[in-house]
Amino acid sequence: MSVRRLAEKQTESFEFTPENKAWLEKQIAKYPDGRQASMVVPALWQAQKQHDNWLSQAAIEKVADALGMAKIRVLEIATFYSMFNLEPVGKYFIQLCGTTPCLLAGSDDLIAVLHRRVGPQRRVTDDGLFSWLEVECLGACCNAPMVQINDDYYEDLTAENFEKLLDNLAAGRPVKIGSQIGRVSSEPVGKLTSLTSLYGDGAK
Amino acid sequence: MTKILVDGVEVDVPGDFTLLQACEQAGAEIPRFCYHERLSIAGNCRMCLVEVKGGPPKPQASCAMSVKDLRPGPNGAPPEVLTKSPMVKKAREGVMEFLLINHPLDCPICDQGGECDLQDQALVFGVDSSRFHENKRAVEDKYIGVLVKTEMNRCIHCTRCVRFTAEVAGTGDMGAIGRGEDMEITTYLESAMTSELQGNVADLCPVGALLPKPQSFRGRPWEYQKTETIDVMDALGSAIRVDSRGREVMRILPRINDLVNEEWISDKTRQIVDGLKTQRLDRPYIRENGRLRPASWQEALAAVAAKTKATSASRIGALVGDLAGVEETFALKLLAEQLGTPNLDCRQEGAKLDPKFGRASYLFNATVAGIEQAGAALIIGANPRKEAPVLNARLRKRWLRGDFKISLVGERADLTYDYDYLGAGPESLLQFIRSAKPTEKLLIIVGQGALARDDGEAALTLAAQAAQRLGGLGDGWNGFSVLHTAAARVGALDLGFTPGAGGLDARAMAKAGALDLIFNLGADEIAIEPGAFVVYIGTHGDRGAHRADVILPGAAYTEKSGLYVNTEGRVQRAFRVVFPPGEAREDWAVLRALSGALGAPLPFDSLAALRRLLVESHPHFAELDEIALGDHAQVVALANHPAVAMKDSFAPAIQNFFFTNPIARASAVMAECSALAQGRLAQAAE
Repeated sequence: MSVRRLAEKQTESFEFTPENKAWLEKQIAKYPDGRQASMVVPALWQAQKQHDNWLSQAAIEKVADALGMAKIRVLEIATFYSMFNLEPVGKYFIQLCGTTPCLLAGSDDLIAVLHRRVGPQRRVTDDGLFSWLEVECLGACCNAPMVQINDDYYEDLTAENFEKLLDNLAAGRPVKIGSQIGRVSSEPVGKLTSLTSLYGDGAK
Repeated sequence: MTKILVDGVEVDVPGDFTLLQACEQAGAEIPRFCYHERLSIAGNCRMCLVEVKGGPPKPQASCAMSVKDLRPGPNGAPPEVLTKSPMVKKAREGVMEFLLINHPLDCPICDQGGECDLQDQALVFGVDSSRFHENKRAVEDKYIGVLVKTEMNRCIHCTRCVRFTAEVAGTGDMGAIGRGEDMEITTYLESAMTSELQGNVADLCPVGALLPKPQSFRGRPWEYQKTETIDVMDALGSAIRVDSRGREVMRILPRINDLVNEEWISDKTRQIVDGLKTQRLDRPYIRENGRLRPASWQEALAAVAAKTKATSASRIGALVGDLAGVEETFALKLLAEQLGTPNLDCRQEGAKLDPKFGRASYLFNATVAGIEQAGAALIIGANPRKEAPVLNARLRKRWLRGDFKISLVGERADLTYDYDYLGAGPESLLQFIRSAKPTEKLLIIVGQGALARDDGEAALTLAAQAAQRLGGLGDGWNGFSVLHTAAARVGALDLGFTPGAGGLDARAMAKAGALDLIFNLGADEIAIEPGAFVVYIGTHGDRGAHRADVILPGAAYTEKSGLYVNTEGRVQRAFRVVFPPGEAREDWAVLRALSGALGAPLPFDSLAALRRLLVESHPHFAELDEIALGDHAQVVALANHPAVAMKDSFAPAIQNFFFTNPIARASAVMAECSALAQGRLAQAAE
């Protein structure tokens, strides 16, 4: 994990959109008086979503004000969790899992693709479309290797289908979320063996 | 109560005790870094590991596990804690090794050396050599203010400073950013800390990461002579230890006194050290042709004697400042009595407090420790954060415990706790007294901001009425509490250093043409208008000295032994640490010499004789460190005292926390703190 500090280049100001403001007020009201600080992670998350997927200093201070917290308390949270990006990210922010199962299943190939197409970690491409970061286990080991792009998981990747996925994203074409080799969930790659039927959404 | 075996010793402790406390009770020593009695439990240094039977079968952090968490044995045998077993020894050595992985071995150049918890505990609980060959972690030093220097490589992340600023100081200045190996202790974007208690983080730091900046590289703790004495920067009378080397005061540290300051002191108390060395009056001066010239003691005393003999008693006055001890105030009173003048005053800012209403009318009757028993608080014309920061921490401590409503009349300020703002002046107070419901154990804090005005008596009366009507007076509880700002004030009021029959008060004395001769014992906060001949007995070339016609150099509080009475009426003894500079002498001796020059020596030749005399006429000064419950009847009588309040808002008593007395004004460190604070104010106003 890299050192997490505020970005050197900051945006001037941050203001919640009216919808987010209303959302924030509604959420804050759920907490007992004096316990609003418990809202800090959802509030930061909302601020990040609104702000091109990264948190600026102004956004952190805004959240501190809204929740009546000392600024350092919010900064502590924002620098602790890797889900908060402290510097600008691409429109498609790729978090690549490099932990053991994915590594064994070939995440190195994906890293090579990213290095070639996107460049080094934490750098946004000139067109603003991509940036990437290697992260720890995202909990989809059955479908390794995998990446998370913005909110969605893309699994069972190979250098080829990952490249195609990136092409499609760059061109704005629709992409398939989840397994890229037709798996429904984490069932065996070949045929169903011990549990012989799919259930839930997968069965349809 | 729960029985528990500690190394085979059975102790009976409350179930909510932590294992660490139980072990201490049993006499077993437990090493620790993050645990601190007055802060919340963090349990992150792991140094206090012990072995338990009746709990999880692994080393347990004894600070974070309570006695009731342990199960008794199968036959009801008490749970057992081992602090000296091989497992504990190995665990401690392991933790110490981990702590030292990233700790630099720079003890020879570290100011904490000699009083460092890590150094001491590494010696006792560590291993003798290092097995670690990798590079150590490097952390940039942070700017966190002018009082605390950082050396962040040394930080072991105990988070005591973070918890102190969040819990005790209430400003939430410090925090830990990042995580794991990248965790760093800092303030928000390296801004300066804002608390008046920030200096305490350097004391709390168990290693040399946070150090007092003004004392950097000055000396080693074993070189210092340590004197336990009493602080005079505010009226709280905090217990301090003054460290000196040769004739120089090196630093001031808090001592533990649970009844007054727990173990905190304010930044002013701690860091006026350099003020004791600068701007000092070290020889007598006489004003000639409008300019002060150095003179000998004989010359100066002769000049005063000549002027005194040429002046009629009714045209002579005597003022006592904020830092004077009881002895010299008493000596000045004796001198004034001898001269026959009724013009005495110790209330230079004009507070309408008077011994005639009884002692309970000017004391902090609830007592500082009593704040923790209070049920609600009403603050009138006071800003406790500036007037007595350590007392404010006590209020915050009570507030944090919950169910403690605080109301405030006066100027709005950030007091580090929430309060109901009632209004700015006496009218809001009157309305509150009429409409509010009585609460149990109401604490009424009356500040000098409400009292130091023409209708101060009315404010005092209103406060007494609030106490009477709203639950301030009860069984074993007297919540009527006057918060003083001057260390000398209560002692001087106890002595009755107020105008006699037909005498003028401080403000009247200072008026042009009111008097011909004024003896000024360190009163620097009052502007004496031209006309009178002023004899200034004091320590610093401050306002009083600038106005003086004769200066008789006296001793600062670290240079004399004396009694001080704090705002609750606690008589405490301060001790001499070093000698006064140059030709300066202790104030009582100056007054004794002055009386000799006048041809009528005062009846004492030593401080002991003066004290005997003092105790004969005022026996309560002999009762050191004791306070009696304030007399309810005096507060009730005060409530019935007729007085009419004006409409003006209560103004704050202290404009600048860092400049309240001549010593602080002479201190470059205080000036730096003040500039920072003013900068913050200006920024906030934008």
